[in-house]
Amino acid sequence: MSLTAKDKDTVRAFWAKVSGKAEDIGSDALSRMLLVYPQTKTYFSHWKDLSPGSAPVKKHGKTVMSGVGDAVSKIDDLTSGLLSLSELHAFTLRVDPANFKIISHNILVVFAIMFPKDFTPEVHVSMDKFLSALALALAEKYR
Amino acid sequence: MVKWTEEERQTIRSVWEKVDIDETGPQLIARALIVYPWTERYFGTFGDIFTTSAILTNAKVATHGKVVLRALDRAVKNLDNITETYAALSRLHYEKLKVDPDNFRLLADCITITIACKLKAALNPQVQATWQKFLSAVVEAMNNQYK
Repeated sequence: MSLTAKDKDTVRAFWAKVSGKAEDIGSDALSRMLLVYPQTKTYFSHWKDLSPGSAPVKKHGKTVMSGVGDAVSKIDDLTSGLLSLSELHAFTLRVDPANFKIISHNILVVFAIMFPKDFTPEVHVSMDKFLSALALALAEKYR
Repeated sequence: MVKWTEEERQTIRSVWEKVDIDETGPQLIARALIVYPWTERYFGTFGDIFTTSAILTNAKVATHGKVVLRALDRAVKNLDNITETYAALSRLHYEKLKVDPDNFRLLADCITITIACKLKAALNPQVQATWQKFLSAVVEAMNNQYK
C-alpha cells in the first residue's frame, strides 16, 4: 500500500495546516494512548507521571511529532530517511511494532478532534497510509 | 462478561446521545469504504462504490450506515448483555455475510474517528477510554459466534 503522488500531496498539505499545533497534537495523542491502551504504559515505567498532559507526556509528545514532521519532509524515501530512528527503536527502545498502530490511531483521533473540517475521509486515508508507511520504516531494522 | 461502573454507563450514554444516527450513519460507512477500500467486497449489491465521490453520494451506503448505528444503539441499551444481544448478528456476519472479523475492529476505529469529528474536545482522553472499552465489548460480541 505505497503512497501515491496524490497521497504525498495530501499529506504535505494537511501537515502544513496542522504542524503549528504539533506539540499539542503529540501531547494529546500520547495522553490518549497511555489512558485508552494501558498496555503501552509498560514502556514508560521510568516516568514519574503518566497522566494526560503531564510534563513527561508533553515533552515526549513533542519528540514524537517532530519525528512525524521529519518523516513528512522525507516522504519520498522513508526507509533511508528514518534509518537512525529505526535503529533506535529496534536496538535501544525495543518497542513491539504492534504499538505503532496504536499511536497512529490516536494521532488520527486527535486530527479529527482538532481539525474536524479538514480531516475528511480522503485526508484520513492518506494520513493513515502515511503513518503506516512511517511505522514500516521504523520497523525496518528490527530483524 | 464486561462489568460497567455507573460512571462508565453515564459516559457511554452521554457520548451516544450526542450522535445523530441520520447524520453520522452515512458518514461512518462512507469513511470505512474510503479508508479501507477492501471492505467494498461486502457490498456487491450497492452499485458504484469505487470512487470517493460515488461512495459519498451512494444512497445504499447512507442507509446501511443508519442500520449499523441502530444496531449499536441496541448495545448501548443492553450494556450488561452485549454478547447475547449480538449473538444472531454475529452468526449472520459469519455464516451468511462471511465478513472477516478483523473488519469489526477497523469499523470500530472509524466509529471513534467519525464521532471525534462531531464531539471534538468532549471526547477527552477519559471519555475515549470508556468509549473504547464499550467498542471492544461490541467487537468481541461480533466475533463471538465465529466458530
